[in-house]
Amino acid sequence: MTFFIEAMAWLVDPANYVGPNAIGVRVLEHLGFTLLTLFFASVVAVPIGFLIGHTGRGRGLAVGSSGALRAIPTLGLLTLVALSVGIGLTAPYVALTVLAIPPILAGAYTGFEAIDRKTIDAARAVGMSEGQIVRKVELPLGLPLLIGGLRSATLQIVATATLAAYVADFGLGRYLFAGLKTRDYAEMLGGSIVVILLALALEGIFTVLQKLVVPRGVAAGRPTDIRVGSPRPAR
Amino acid sequence: MFTAQKGRLALISVVAVGAVVALAGCASGDPLGSGSSDTTAADTLVVGSQDYYSNEIIAEIYAQALEANDFTVDRSFRIGQREVYLPELEAGGVDVFPEYTGSLLQALDANAAGGTSDEIYTELESALPSGLRVLDKADASDQNSWTVTQAFAEKYDLTDIASLTKVTEPITVGGNSELQTRPYGPDELKAKYGIETAGFVPIEDGGGPLTVKALVDGDIQLTNIYTASPNIKSDNLVALSDPDGLFFADNVVPVVSEKVNDKAAEVLNTVSAALSANDLASLNSESKNDQKSAEDIAAAWLEQANLF
Repeated sequence: MTFFIEAMAWLVDPANYVGPNAIGVRVLEHLGFTLLTLFFASVVAVPIGFLIGHTGRGRGLAVGSSGALRAIPTLGLLTLVALSVGIGLTAPYVALTVLAIPPILAGAYTGFEAIDRKTIDAARAVGMSEGQIVRKVELPLGLPLLIGGLRSATLQIVATATLAAYVADFGLGRYLFAGLKTRDYAEMLGGSIVVILLALALEGIFTVLQKLVVPRGVAAGRPTDIRVGSPRPAR
Repeated sequence: MFTAQKGRLALISVVAVGAVVALAGCASGDPLGSGSSDTTAADTLVVGSQDYYSNEIIAEIYAQALEANDFTVDRSFRIGQREVYLPELEAGGVDVFPEYTGSLLQALDANAAGGTSDEIYTELESALPSGLRVLDKADASDQNSWTVTQAFAEKYDLTDIASLTKVTEPITVGGNSELQTRPYGPDELKAKYGIETAGFVPIEDGGGPLTVKALVDGDIQLTNIYTASPNIKSDNLVALSDPDGLFFADNVVPVVSEKVNDKAAEVLNTVSAALSANDLASLNSESKNDQKSAEDIAAAWLEQANLF
């Protein structure tokens, strides 16, 4: 238990809450990095995912290439990018964005694919344009799965963003690298616990979000709700 | 509905309790201890190496030399930095490890006096914990150094470490995290010479390509590059001279356990006697510039040195 107790002592030590290496500062850096990476990855993955999901074309290519992306070792990619752009945050942003693209891409196109074809045919039959089908039918119905993709991407980024400290004085990874290299395992374990707590907090937010974005019509149409007696869609 | 929620709550608590138990489990004892010593046969020598390509080449030379003399060798290479493998070495999990006299001495005794390379060797012999001993040291050394680019050195007319006070622009230091807290780190530069540094950038590749690039690009001005690094020549770097002995002399020396008998010790001493300072730099260059494997480099060196 000694390491665990020392880690707890490290976590509550007031000295770790002041200065540029304060836990609060590192958490904010880590969180900012995670959100920005999530944004970059979404900008790339969401439009492509929607296009694949809507047209049904290029799915094989997307599955194949996102599988290949998943296989890239993040530390290797980070080093490779850093060798061309230098140290700093650029390389971690690139490497982590590559890491986050596959789950978001998968969330985006499976969200569209999971929709009952009859629903889309009906939308087309009432005279909706393709753009309207995407915006008014596919997007709201596919949103829960997209959020699911964002959720798993966020988890991966939060855990792996510790690598940013490999080439920059940045984020919660500093505690891991500094702790490992100076045999300060309390700092290392304490830092890891903070990463875990941050990951759990973000998981919690996404779980709530995933429930909130289910369209009222879909939620109302669920079998559980039929039992309590409100079969009609609210809209 | 209600029971489902209750069930989920129970599940969450089970997971949470499980996580705490698991954490507590990892928390006891040394998380890095592997106890590999129990599993190897009595007559097998475990040769270890740092996670540093040059150290791996030396370890490979030791291993091949021992094998050529009918010893059974188990290679346990790239264990990590000293902080990680030292406990393993002390626990007897590794029998032969290429080390560097001064750095090892400072790791064992933070208040070591230092001195000439022979004095450091003598101090090291007495600082080692029981069960470990050092064999003969080689002429070859691979020292820490404060290194700048040649352009930077010329601009401020830098020769030794103390002359860094002449620099008028902010000096950003970069390197492995542990550099910040080592006895020759930025704090000591300030305390001993009054050199102000402008901050520390962690680059965790041990003076490797990322560190060299950062230095050449001007992202950092001062770093620790090992003196046997081929980059010093190929990238026009200057290792500032160290007349005051801030860095301890770092001769290559095998640290061995009690399992290493007289015959094995003799083999390793023969290797050390043949390993010159120039050899080490050219071995490193073969690895970095010619991309040869440690195995091939070691074999070629043993062949050329006409050993065994």
